[in-house]
Amino acid sequence: MHWNFSPLGDSALLMEAQGENDVANQAVLALSMALEANPPTWLRAVVPAIASLLVCFAPLNISHNGVIAHLHKLLKITPLQPAEQVRVLRIPVHYGGDDGPDLDAVSRLADMTPTDLITLHCAQPYRVMMIGFAPGFPYIGPLPAAFNIPRRATPRSAVPPGSVALAAGMTGIYPSRLPGGWHIIGRTEVSLFHPQASPPATLRPGDMVQFVAVVPDLPRSEP
Amino acid sequence: MIEIITSGPLMTIQDLGRPEARRYGVSPGGALDPFALTVANQLVGNPPDTAGIEITAGGAALRFSVPITIALAGGDLGARLNEQPITTWSALRAWPGATLHVAGRRDGWGGRCYLAVAGGIVVPSILGSRSTDLAGGFGGLHGRPLHPGDQLPLRRPGTGIIPVAGRHWPTTLRPAYTPTPTLRFIPGPHTECFPPDALERLRLATLRVSATSNRMGYRLEGVQLAYQHMTSILSLGVVPGTIQVPPDGNPIILMADAQTSGGYPILGVLISADMPLAAQLLPGDMLRLAPTSLDIAYDALREQAQMLAHNPEHDEGDLLATLAGA
Repeated sequence: MHWNFSPLGDSALLMEAQGENDVANQAVLALSMALEANPPTWLRAVVPAIASLLVCFAPLNISHNGVIAHLHKLLKITPLQPAEQVRVLRIPVHYGGDDGPDLDAVSRLADMTPTDLITLHCAQPYRVMMIGFAPGFPYIGPLPAAFNIPRRATPRSAVPPGSVALAAGMTGIYPSRLPGGWHIIGRTEVSLFHPQASPPATLRPGDMVQFVAVVPDLPRSEP
Repeated sequence: MIEIITSGPLMTIQDLGRPEARRYGVSPGGALDPFALTVANQLVGNPPDTAGIEITAGGAALRFSVPITIALAGGDLGARLNEQPITTWSALRAWPGATLHVAGRRDGWGGRCYLAVAGGIVVPSILGSRSTDLAGGFGGLHGRPLHPGDQLPLRRPGTGIIPVAGRHWPTTLRPAYTPTPTLRFIPGPHTECFPPDALERLRLATLRVSATSNRMGYRLEGVQLAYQHMTSILSLGVVPGTIQVPPDGNPIILMADAQTSGGYPILGVLISADMPLAAQLLPGDMLRLAPTSLDIAYDALREQAQMLAHNPEHDEGDLLATLAGA
């Protein structure tokens, strides 16, 4: 794995992993965990993203070069692959209808039927690649190539909480009412962020998420 | 107790934020001008990260129900205590029933001032901070801006209340606040997304903070920076001070309440020492941006740390006046 280091201002270092996103993301998450397992005194925050790690530090206690030297040492001793015990979380999703107003449009873009799209979305667990954009918002992927579709031309000003959405080969879940440009294919009742809880986010980078289609209740026969 | 009578455009409880919560997608938050809040706290004898009130632009009135030592620091927003003009960057004594008015800017600059009270404001600490997260709806008072009628409970201060009244923070130990400040930034990491003259165009432009700017970010008007080639950037972690350029070409400076990650090319990041100057800007204000080096950034930051290491000065005249007249 090759890494590019660049300063992001005077108190943060951006480390970008070169290579295929999936491999890069696993390396980023492994390194992030290794750094937090033994946090140096100068460390202020670690923000793992899809293929990069942002390391925020106390600038009067260490320089960018000092941080880079520490990370090089860590890279030598850290296996850049997922931890042995990975959590797998099931997320039930109500697909389509009012819960997923973009399901049909996305199916057309992906050139498959809505049923096939749901089956593919639920076919295997996907990794939480990062938490960002909003409190508790997970970027889950990488999804099969068919899901590599652009964002909506016009973002919505308010996406309902729990919306399960797609864009750019990833799935996101909106933890709260937010503006958003991803295609909404369903909704989950799992809540993803509780500021009072520790940790406050339900999902952690590195967790695996298995989407499960909730089968709508069968219409009850009248007596 | 502090009672809010009027709140102006925005008044929130802030301390120094929750930088480590970024990993959960939570903005770092905290006082936009951490220097001013730190000094205000120091003047009243509080630890630097004690929660105070960030008053934006003015139009604010607050009433104290207990005898208390207070200090205002940051922009000079025309503060009066019981209708008497007061000096900012000074500790003074407020008596029960005293009303603090913060009218608005009078010196051509300033956007935010910080009220610290001895002991601090007591609201729950969430994710390590009492700062209000407006987007997340938590922290501060019920996760929202302060409204008229709000009553803020105070922690009983320790000893030595009266002696700190009269403390003053000299002008020479403050950041170089000024109208149309020049904010310095470290270029990168995506300068290659822009034409070679982009940094020079940015340096030469006089920019205006747009009307839609807030604690999340300042949209800037006055320069349009087209991408040189369309580069797709994966979402990556960002920090307050980041200058990102969306496809419309108008740069945005991210502030404390910004998202933790972004996907627009980043032209540079403001140096930490200039964040207090940026914090004093309001929509409509002008500014300039200048590329600088890491060495200069660290010199400026060290200088600011040395300023903060000073003890407030006792102004005997002020002290006597406070004790006698208040």
